[in-house]
Amino acid sequence: MSNTQGKPKLAVWKFASCDGCQLSLLDCEDELLQLADSIDIAYFMEASSRQVEGPYDLSLVEGSITTADDERRIRAVRDQSRALVTIGACATAGGIQALRNFADVEEFTAVVYAHPEYIATLKTSTAISAHVPVDFELQGCPVNKRQLLEVISAFLHRRPPQVPPHSVCIECKLRGNVCVWVAHGTPCLGPVTHAGCGAICPSYNRGCYGCYGPKENPNTASLCHWWREELGADQATLIENLRNFNAAAPPFERESRRQEQRDGEE
Amino acid sequence: MQYSVLLATDLDRLIQALRAEGYQVMGPTLRDQAIIYDEIHSVAELPKGWGDEQEKAHYRLKQREDGAYFGYAAGPHSWKKFLQRPRRPVWRAQKSEDSLQIVAAVETVPAMAFLGVRSCELHAIATQDRVFTGDQYRNDSYSERRAKLFIVAVNCTTAAATCFCTSMHTGPQVTLPCDLEMTEVIDDAEHFFLLRSGSAGGERILQQLPLHAAAQRHHVLAQSAVSNAVRQMEQGPRNFDSSDLQALLYRNYDSVSWDQVADRCLSCANCTMACPTCFCSTVEDTTDLSGDHAERWERWDSCFTGDFSYISGGAVRADTRSRYRQWMTHKLATWYDQFGSSGCVGCGRCIAWCPVGIDITEEVQSIREAEKR
Repeated sequence: MSNTQGKPKLAVWKFASCDGCQLSLLDCEDELLQLADSIDIAYFMEASSRQVEGPYDLSLVEGSITTADDERRIRAVRDQSRALVTIGACATAGGIQALRNFADVEEFTAVVYAHPEYIATLKTSTAISAHVPVDFELQGCPVNKRQLLEVISAFLHRRPPQVPPHSVCIECKLRGNVCVWVAHGTPCLGPVTHAGCGAICPSYNRGCYGCYGPKENPNTASLCHWWREELGADQATLIENLRNFNAAAPPFERESRRQEQRDGEE
Repeated sequence: MQYSVLLATDLDRLIQALRAEGYQVMGPTLRDQAIIYDEIHSVAELPKGWGDEQEKAHYRLKQREDGAYFGYAAGPHSWKKFLQRPRRPVWRAQKSEDSLQIVAAVETVPAMAFLGVRSCELHAIATQDRVFTGDQYRNDSYSERRAKLFIVAVNCTTAAATCFCTSMHTGPQVTLPCDLEMTEVIDDAEHFFLLRSGSAGGERILQQLPLHAAAQRHHVLAQSAVSNAVRQMEQGPRNFDSSDLQALLYRNYDSVSWDQVADRCLSCANCTMACPTCFCSTVEDTTDLSGDHAERWERWDSCFTGDFSYISGGAVRADTRSRYRQWMTHKLATWYDQFGSSGCVGCGRCIAWCPVGIDITEEVQSIREAEKR
């Protein structure tokens, strides 16, 4: 065990999630050793059974709030954390499980479980920021490990993290990718999606699926209009793309509801 | 001026002569269903027989019947990426117990030869030269790359529907200095390049090529080929009078057109990334976990991002309306005050590569009409 004297204390918390973002931290491999040198990993159940009591200097929170117990627990986490950073689509936007927000969760539990009466769950899946103040939100499904290390480094050295909130298009252009939308007619969410993945899908000639959630100042209405009128996307395609891992991110949620509404008007 | 004829079958000799002189030859090649710019090693990598069809938010390759090497219009890439690198390290810093050492990042700058630079692109390079090689804010990385550059310019003989260089007075005939200037001619059984040198370096390359004397016939055919591109643009949808743009935009900061375009604009920054003159960059400062190493990187930025105008308290241009207005007004008006020329060369890239088909020439027209109402 490395010397923990004087090092900032890190805690990693899990709520409703798939653990993929915590795995991004474990995936750091080489940098993980350097991380353990710089910070005391005081609470990280996915990695170690060692549990050091709070307060913590930095808490990384994965997952969304889906139960009454979660609601209580996140407040306890906030109380013992100097800085709280949410990691991933679940913690920042409710995750794929926020699809329940658009339907009746009791109907789901009745269909899925033999004894739905055992299930105690909320009607919605919500972001951490809907419950407690959050110091920084790192978007992505899962988060990019380089960006995660950047956020931790920035926190340790008291500087702003370099996590630009611009479009995936900028990442495509920096890589010299040919635009799949313009040159191939492929619908792509890149123009409304937050950068961070390095434009993985367009680099392999696929459209962006919006894993990193909305960018700063997204114009989803204009994007949907072009998908529909010029790229031949139908209503189901539009709604399915907006209702993915970031279905409850406000700009995507508003737009998918508007697209549903349009059906009634037509 | 001394013109000569190079047969198309000897085009590879030109590429090999440049390579033998130590140049890394950058030129057009096919990738991912587009004609992009990358390093080329032989004539086999050129997009022989390929052209393109372009419109608002639309680009498709189109097979030509004539086997032309340069029968395409401006594509997704511009030469900017080789001169103003999308990302580059500026400096690295190392902290020791009692000092902090900052070391400038030194790059090995290659001598590059650009093969197939169009007239509008020569103007774009000249525009960036005024930004980066001036005394006040000189960019050493750009200046070094530029100083070693060899330019083979090619006159346009075909224009895309998105082209409007004739309206911006930047083409299609090459008028700015270059090392070699060529016109590709395909006529019945003939396929040749009419070429001349524009520098001592160009002359040295010419001497290594199997040239033929240029006859009157060659000149007439070449001139008629370039006239074809002029005619296409003058009869095309984007032919307009650009002489009053500066005054027009200065009169119309509050035009209703800005609100209308903001409804459509995605503020995704594709136009600025594709533009061959847009030169804005930002710097990203990072440390590693230990805090003993720090780096500063420069990367392309865009006036369409919130971070671009972020100062204490928030972004100065928080909404899309103000971002689009800033971009277009700079490009077509304030650029004159700043650099003594237009920032737009009429290549049409911003029109083709805007995902929602916003057309700068249409926006000019829209502002003009809104003013009359």
